[in-house]
Formats: sequence, structure tokens, C-alpha cells
Amino acid sequence: MSGLEIDNVSMRFELPDGGHVQALKNVSLDLKSGELLSVLGPSGCGKTTLLNIVAGFLAPTEGNIILNDKKVYGPGPERGMVFQQGALFEWMSVRKNVSFGPDMKGMPKKESDEIVDHLLDTVGLQDFKEKAVYELSGGMQQRVALARCLANDPDVILMDEPLGALDALTREKMQGLVLKLWKETGKTIILITHSVEEALLLGERLVVMAPRPGRIHKEYNLPFADLGVNADLREVKKHPDFSSKREEILTMIWDMEEEIMGRQE
Amino acid sequence: MIILLIYVLLFIGAMIAYKFVSSFFRPSSDFTSLKTVTFGDESAVRANRAASIISIIAIFFIWSAFTGSSLIPSFLHAPGPFVGKANFTYEATLPSGDKDQGTVEAIVHPLSEKPETPSLGANAEDGFANDNIVTVGAWRSKLISSKTLIDSGVEAKITSVGGKSISPGETVNVGDIDVRMTSKGSLSVEPEKGWQMEAIWLPAPEAVVGRLIEISLHGYQNVTLFENLGWSLYRVILGFIAGCIVGIPLGYAMGLNDWFRGWFDPIVEFMRPVPPLALIPLIIIWFGIWETGKISLLFLAALWIMTIAARAGVSGVKISKVHAAYSLGASKRQIMSKVIVPNSLPEIFTGARVAMGVCWGTVVAAELVAAEKGAGKMIIAASKFQNTDIVIMGIILIGIIGYGIDILMRIAENWLVPWKGKG
Ligand SMILES: Nc1ncnc2c1ncn2[C@@H]1O[C@H](COP(=O)(O)OP(=O)(O)O)[C@@H](O)[C@H]1O
Ligand SMILES: [Mg+2]
Repeated sequence: MSGLEIDNVSMRFELPDGGHVQALKNVSLDLKSGELLSVLGPSGCGKTTLLNIVAGFLAPTEGNIILNDKKVYGPGPERGMVFQQGALFEWMSVRKNVSFGPDMKGMPKKESDEIVDHLLDTVGLQDFKEKAVYELSGGMQQRVALARCLANDPDVILMDEPLGALDALTREKMQGLVLKLWKETGKTIILITHSVEEALLLGERLVVMAPRPGRIHKEYNLPFADLGVNADLREVKKHPDFSSKREEILTMIWDMEEEIMGRQE
Repeated sequence: MIILLIYVLLFIGAMIAYKFVSSFFRPSSDFTSLKTVTFGDESAVRANRAASIISIIAIFFIWSAFTGSSLIPSFLHAPGPFVGKANFTYEATLPSGDKDQGTVEAIVHPLSEKPETPSLGANAEDGFANDNIVTVGAWRSKLISSKTLIDSGVEAKITSVGGKSISPGETVNVGDIDVRMTSKGSLSVEPEKGWQMEAIWLPAPEAVVGRLIEISLHGYQNVTLFENLGWSLYRVILGFIAGCIVGIPLGYAMGLNDWFRGWFDPIVEFMRPVPPLALIPLIIIWFGIWETGKISLLFLAALWIMTIAARAGVSGVKISKVHAAYSLGASKRQIMSKVIVPNSLPEIFTGARVAMGVCWGTVVAAELVAAEKGAGKMIIAASKFQNTDIVIMGIILIGIIGYGIDILMRIAENWLVPWKGKG
């Protein structure tokens, strides 16, 4: 496997009133197979747009997405998605949701049951197999979403603020789960987040995006994800580098937002 | 007016009585009853079940009181029409100024009885103004021609009744009856009507129940009640199913394809506000008034509602669900059957409930216009013969069935789409 290449992607939305929004400008990124990249940036800097382009829901106005040496044209099962919330199929049980991908492929029930059982064990939902998804809490629903995505065995997992709607405590637990799943499955992951801490904790690599036009502002290589795989995430946060990096990035984003406000006035 | 006043008094009286009685019981202490702000908090206003029950009893009470029903003791009845004997004297005057007096006796009988006309006593009459006896049904009036009261060939005119002078067009009250003088100088005897309603306006509840039993056993105009209601239901279900078969796929197509949406948008938007009843004349011209016409009408009534419901169901799919399904490898066909259809079912059920309600109302109206059998046909036929009890029974049954349909649809909805509103 040769990973995922985001090659000089630009996206320009034409607005009905004749104007346009340059959501992305010349964004290039290379992801090695098995890498976890977190993407951070102020609201409106084009993170979701970038992810939608990689997923194949949007065609970029310029540039290419290349996965395993093949150009990407539309959505496909080799790129799995985890959304913030509300993307589960509430008319299906937990088990049916998780086995959706295998079922679509026409995998025999015996095989898919095995996959589902294993994944529900991994995310800790074995007892909720036959429950309706709307009976679960928000955190549990995101566990189902992760399991559903993994059941399809994608090469790349794209997550758009997957933990953004959870309360702080649940969120911490889920961050641990994401790290654990990443290490166990060795998937390539792009994780978009609003939270600087989350981006630092989970990303092997971190890119900070800047708005108007959306572009890559700064890149970091981080040790914390590897530390976090074996240690308590709380301990990782006490690392002196962690807090200095956090302050640095927070200041960076504050400045960007201030600049946006200034331009609007 | 009086009925409205009594109704308002019952409302207020029951409320005060209820508050008074319930103040003796320990207040319940669930969450809602512990809320201190209730005025303005809609969720704190729960329907008071006692009020609902009293409300229904109040309607039957007023209905019974004003129809003289045997369901409630007679001292609770509103004053009924005068029944019994009454008499009054009148005076006729000759042009010369000579006067003579006569007595009229009125026997007022209930409408259900038919007394024989009593003959006048043999007491010889001396003057030109004669005595008379008439029979009058309650709520009715009787005209006594001046020719029967005054000897023929005599030029006398009636000038007073019961000691009060009267002229054409005027009415004089003599005890339990009113006497009105017509423009020709005759007397019209009108007994006091009281406050109760004549059965022809509003029959007593037990009369309606009696009719219900009679008609469900023997039918009306050779059609059983079951057949009448069955035909109406059959038409509704047929028209509704036809509307679903065409409307749901059309709605899906409009939700999924720009050409379909563009093509049918003007038609649907135009037809939606046209009430189905306004189509009856055109339907009659095109399909005739019998079965085809009625079912086409119901089909049209259901069609637009179901189309719009299905279209709304498709556009209500969260895009993230569709994206997720594509990323899990679903084909277009699988997206349709696994995501779009189940996601739109709650909307379709809501539409189906509305459509069934509209169809039920439309079928009754269409049957009023023309039908051989059906609930609407039964009440319109009964109204021609002034069988008000059948009309009222029919209306109550139509209401109950309409309500029953809605409840059944809701049960089906809870059972088939338990995820409604939980997405
Ligand atoms: N479909 C669209 N049409 C027009 N503008 C869009 C559209 N989608 C996104 N945008 C604009 O592109 C920019 C980036 O949006 P988005 O990718 O959602 O930002 P983020 O996810 O980082 O908050 C925003 O300014 C947004 O207004
Ligand atoms: Mg976003």
C-alpha cells in the first residue's frame, strides 16, 4: 500500500449571487499507510470541504485525490466515514448498523456475524447488539459508528469531528478508544477536530489550517499519540511539550480568528 | 341562546365543583404538579380527564333535557310544550255596534296521539258568535276561520280575544295559548311551545339509539347499516390505495430526479390547494356519478397528499446518512431500499393519516351528491323523509369511524415505524 495523496487541491464555490468562496487553495498532503493525521483550524477554514473531497462527495475544482496509486472519483468502500452524529440508521438495530457494509457486499451472514461480534466486543457494546440505536447514549452511538466503519475494512477512515457532540468525560474515554482502534487495526486515519487537545493527543501528525482561502498553515510531527497508546491520556497531557505545543497552537488560532473578525468589521 | 347560557353555566359550575371536591384530596406530587409556573408552560397543562368526562355528560344532559328524554328524570327537563285543554272567549262586533261573545276550547295533544274531534255540546247558541272546539298538536297551530265562528250572512268582525282587543296581525296571549288574528280576520290558535325541541328537529338520545338498533337489524330502505358503512369504507380504501400506488412512487421520483421534480412541481403545487369536493362536478362529467367517479375522486384526494408526503420523506433524509451509506459501498438501488425508503416511512405515515381523513370526509360528501349505498346516502335519504334520528345517528357513526381510522393508523405507525422522530 502506498497511502493517500492529496495533490494540490483547490475548491471554489460559486455563489448564486455571483460571488464565490475560495474554500481551499492549493492544499497538498501525503499520508503514509497507517498514519493518523489530525486537522485543526478555525471554523469555516475548509476542513469539512477537504474531507468531503477526499471521501469523493465533492469534486475539487483543481487537483486530485490519489489513493493507492488510483485517482478517486466518487465515494467508495475503501474510504470509510465517521460523522459527528445522526448518521446511524435509526430503523436498524445496532447489529444491523454494524453489518451494513458487509451486507451491501453480499457477505454470508455467518461471516458478517463474526465481524460484528468481534467489533462490538472491541468497542464494548456486546450487550447492546439487538437494541435500537436511538435507545443508546451519544457516546455509545459514536461507538456504533466507529464499529460500522471498521466492519467494512476500509483503507482510510475519515472522521469529521467524530467526538464533537459528546460531553467532556465521554469524550476523553472515546479518545482512548480511537487510539486503541488505530493501533489495533493499523488504519490510515484523517481526524478533523475543533479541540486543540484532541488534535495533539491523537495525531501522529497535525496540520493547522488557515481560512480565506483555506490552506495549510503549519504542520507538526507529534510524539503524543504513540505515548498515549500505552499510557493514560491524562499522563500524556502532563508532558511539558504538550502544554507548550497547546499554548502555541491556541495562540495561532486565536490570531487567525481575530484577523477574521477584524476583516469583517 | 338559552342552551348556550346553560352550557356556559354547566362549564363554570362543574369547574368550581371539581376544584372544591378535589381540594379535599391530597394533591399528587409528581413532577408536573410541583411546577409553580404553569400559566404559559404548555407542557404543564394536561387535559383534565374529569373535565372531559363531565363535558361529554353535559352534552348528553343538555340533549336529553331539551328533548324531554326519558334518560333523565322529568324534573330536569326543560319546560315542554303545553299539552291539555285551554279555552278562551272572544267577542265579535256588528257594524251597528252590537256585540256577541263565544268560547273556543282548544285540546292540545302530544304529536304521537291522534284524538278524535269532540263534538260540541248541545247548548243552544243564541247570538251570532258561536262556540267551537278544536284539537291542536303540540308545537303546531290551528286556524279557525271566522266563517265557522260567526253565523253566515252576519257582517260581524272579531274585535277582542280573552277580553283584550285584537286586530289583524296582532297576537293575544290567553293563558297557555297564543291567539293570532290573520289578515283575513280568522283566528290562529298557537299553544305555547316551551323550550323543548320537537323530535323532527332533534330527537331524544334514546330515539337515536333505538334507530341504531333497528337499522342495524333491519336496515334502512332495504340496505343494512353494515352495508352502507361497508360501501363507504370500501370506496375510501380503494381510492386511498390507488392514490398510494401512484402517489408514493411519484413523490420518490420527484425527490430523486430533477426532471420529474420540474415536470410535476407545477401540477402538484396547483392541485394541492384544490379541495377534492370542488372536483365533484368535473368528475361527474368525466366519469359519471357512480362507482368509477367516486373512486377517481378519492384517488385524486389521496394522490397529492401522498405525493407530497413521499417527496418530503426523501428530502428529509439527512445527507450524512446517504454519504455514510455510499462510503459503506451501497449501490443506488441499496441506497433507495435501505436508506431512503425507511427514512421516509414516518413522513409517509403522517401523509397517509391525513389522506385517510380527507378521503373519509370526501366520500361522505360525494355520497350526499349521488350514491345507491353508503353512509352519506343513508343520511341524505333520511333527511328527505325528515328522519332526523337517522341523520344524527349517521353523523355520530361517521365521526366514530373517522376517529377509529385515525387511531388504527396511529397504532400501525407506532408499530411499523417506532423510530419516528428519533433520527
Ligand atoms: N456548498 C457550499 N456552497 C458555498 N459555500 C460553501 C459550501 N460548503 C462550504 N462552503 C464555504 O466554504 C468554507 C469552508 O466550509 P467548511 O469546509 O464547512 O468549513 P469547516 O468545516 O472548516 O468549518 C466556508 O466559508 C463555507 O461557507
Ligand atoms: Mg466542518
